[in-house]
Amino acid sequence: MIGIVDYGRGNLRSVEKALEKVGFEATIMTSPEDLNGVDGVILPGVGAFADAMEALNSGGWTLPLTEFARSGSPFLGICLGMQVLFEVGEEHGEHAGLGLLAGRVVKFPPGGKIPHMGWNTIILEQPSQLLEGIPNESYFYFVHSYYALPNDKRDILASSDYGIVFPAVVGKDNVWGAQFHPEKSSPWGLQLLTNFGKWVNDYAALSSH
Amino acid sequence: MLSKRIIPCLDVHDGRVVKGTNFVQLRDAGDPVELAALYDSEGADELIFLDITASSDNRETMVDVVRRTAEQVFIPFTIGGGLRTIEDIRRMLRAGADKIALNTSAVQTPGLIQEGAHAFGSQCIVVAIDARKTAPGKWEVYIHGGRTATGKDVLEWAAETEALGAGEILLTSMDRDGTKIGYELELTRAVSRAVSLPVIASGGVGTLEHLAEGLTLGEADAVLAASIFHYKEFSIEEAKRYLAERGILVRGLA
Repeated sequence: MIGIVDYGRGNLRSVEKALEKVGFEATIMTSPEDLNGVDGVILPGVGAFADAMEALNSGGWTLPLTEFARSGSPFLGICLGMQVLFEVGEEHGEHAGLGLLAGRVVKFPPGGKIPHMGWNTIILEQPSQLLEGIPNESYFYFVHSYYALPNDKRDILASSDYGIVFPAVVGKDNVWGAQFHPEKSSPWGLQLLTNFGKWVNDYAALSSH
Repeated sequence: MLSKRIIPCLDVHDGRVVKGTNFVQLRDAGDPVELAALYDSEGADELIFLDITASSDNRETMVDVVRRTAEQVFIPFTIGGGLRTIEDIRRMLRAGADKIALNTSAVQTPGLIQEGAHAFGSQCIVVAIDARKTAPGKWEVYIHGGRTATGKDVLEWAAETEALGAGEILLTSMDRDGTKIGYELELTRAVSRAVSLPVIASGGVGTLEHLAEGLTLGEADAVLAASIFHYKEFSIEEAKRYLAERGILVRGLA
């Protein structure tokens, strides 16, 4: 079972429907106690970094989510949900993130239109289970004005080019993030969610033995 | 790099897709959810549903269309038509829409753009502008489905919506809508240059060449078309192949 974090931000219904479409059970979690019943977590999100962290903090999510991720359970952040995986966000001043990945979230330099909105290709940087079966230069749907800068380049699984090259998919051990919206990126986004769903099932099977 | 977008538009009346000429003479073109799923599978980059039913009694029908679409369609989609309040916007986003388009209500209550952008983010607030030419290089904003002139200058209004927090502009030439003689390129280019928001060109597509012109000469970020796709004159795939052959960056499925 995959739990989708409902902290008042993001299009939860789309994520839930996309998971259903590819054959995985998902539940929308409205309180941190719901984490007890799930094998993997998706943290969605749109909006501003500080708002999202405030909503996670005031909803009592921050510590339980961090512990859930540190226990080794599969964890996927989407869009803003990926950005808050990092230590610091620079949107409207500096704000602490969940700190599950080392690095900062910074604004696109001026020049191009902001937000970066629309379909862009990803460049595969490293083999990963999350991107299995997804060809290099596949298109995904992005909407964002900030991007993540991991301290360790090995955490960058795929990148994308919008005037500058920035990380599109990040991950370390069991914590992954996609800057684009896989739930809105038919057909390859659905492939990515399939890969995540399989990984959650494998993890659940392993930990029950 | 970021690709140009092809956006089929579905005009919805009483829960059915229809298409008219110059905003009148409606013809039935099918079930919106079925068509939306077909366009997704064919490689459409985004979809727009415009609810052209005049009465607000119909709102429940549209919410249901949105809900059912969200179950089957995995590309972004926008809902427009008759949205007047923050609560209207919230309902559509909750039902599964990614963006909403404001037209008449944006002109009548510009604060709605600001309020919507603040509550849900600029990325989901599209301002739809219906434009009619009044003099060389001058266009006037119309509302109420093209029936009411506002006296507003299109270029000034476009800039104002950007300042208020709009995330995108859907620009329809009323002079060209339904004519199939091509987008009004001068208008599209003028608006594209007047704002730094993405501009979706609309009104007048009859051939694939028109799509290419809108993206190149019109300097649009996306092109919207209805009848050429609904009546299967061209498939999305044919359109994309045509654009790619002309060196325009479009998303392929593979």
